[in-house]
Amino acid sequence: MAIELIQQSGYTIKLPAFEGPLDLLLHLIRERKVDIYDIPIAEVTEQYISYLSLMESLDLNIAGEFFVMASTLLEIKSRMLLPIPPSEGDNEEGADPRAELIERLLEYERFKNASESLKEFEEERRKVFWRIADDLQNYDAPVMPLNLEAMDLLFALQQMLADVGEGTEEVTSIERQKISLRMKMRQVWGRIKSVPDGIGFRELVDDPKSRIEIVMTFLAILELLRLGKIKARQKKALGEINIQAVKEQ
Amino acid sequence: MEESTQVFSVDKLKAAIECMLFVTPQPLAIKQIAEALNLDEATVEKALQELRMDYAEGRGLQILHIAGGYQMCTRPEFVDCITALLKPTRTRMSRAALETVAIIAYRQPITQPEIDAIRGVNSDGVVKTLTERNLITQMGRKDSPGRPILYGTTEEFLNHFGLSDLSRLPELTDVTLPEPDQAVLPMEQPAEAPEK
Repeated sequence: MAIELIQQSGYTIKLPAFEGPLDLLLHLIRERKVDIYDIPIAEVTEQYISYLSLMESLDLNIAGEFFVMASTLLEIKSRMLLPIPPSEGDNEEGADPRAELIERLLEYERFKNASESLKEFEEERRKVFWRIADDLQNYDAPVMPLNLEAMDLLFALQQMLADVGEGTEEVTSIERQKISLRMKMRQVWGRIKSVPDGIGFRELVDDPKSRIEIVMTFLAILELLRLGKIKARQKKALGEINIQAVKEQ
Repeated sequence: MEESTQVFSVDKLKAAIECMLFVTPQPLAIKQIAEALNLDEATVEKALQELRMDYAEGRGLQILHIAGGYQMCTRPEFVDCITALLKPTRTRMSRAALETVAIIAYRQPITQPEIDAIRGVNSDGVVKTLTERNLITQMGRKDSPGRPILYGTTEEFLNHFGLSDLSRLPELTDVTLPEPDQAVLPMEQPAEAPEK
């Protein structure tokens, strides 16, 4: 993969695209064919930074991680300039300021190589095809198109009209029930108040004129309950509900 | 079901398995076949291996061992015929996605910060895409501060890369590791001359 840039001057510059600072660093090291365990840190740092400035001058977006790596490299470089502290036992390598970076690079490279193997597997798999999951609707009985013409549709329409017949024009008017909740509340309240011992729910709706009237009565009771004007009692489950006026204090 | 309890002859069993593999797009496990036929897995396995042998040559189709199951697929040598006919559009994974999924495959269960540390870059977007494509999945949370989500690969991962199971992943090695001689020699000299 490469980033291709066409500058105003008309030159085309091709830059390899790097997945991250480790990828770039690994590229610089591998390109120079130097031993990864003995990275010439000064040279590599210089190259790394000049690559970053090239990217900057081309106005490429550079992820922050690239700059973190630049500072890590500079830090290692400066530590390399310092005299190596007296060795502790046999463990000279532990003093190498590059050690941690080398380990990271090797770890990254292992997975980079593994990802290349996966890429090959993917390529092989792409050569092979298998059935796509069926839409199970395909197994439903298909709707067969009938061999019909426009005239058939017209006959069908005629048939339907004949079935309906001339018909008698009926006008149905639906009247709005003139029961308001306020009205019903007043009515229910009046009845409950007049019976000190309370009144059964069924009694309240003993003469329903319509379904809406029962509903309105019920709503009125609920509303009166909410307002604390009445109280409702039930002796047993599903039994008669007794509604009583709350005595005003 | 009475039909499924009947005794199959080997040929009939092979034919039954053949149909089942034909209609199933996902790799089909021996267990699934055995349950559907009400037979033991060993019998099914034996018939299936025979069927695979029948498909070993002279056919356009083959039976592959993928993601712990078996899948009827075309043979790779006929890829051009199929491409010419269907013009399939199959996307390739990006390098970032391949790198990330490789890390997850080898180090699962792994958290995203751990992936980021290996790659040296943030993997937010890639992890999200891989999850959406069902190549990786959440496998609980790590018992560490912040309880980060742990990721692992899915059956679809095995299916995508044509692997029968995770043990088929190539060994993780330092492919470009320098020859031992080269690696040791430059280190030896300074070791013997500590005044370096």
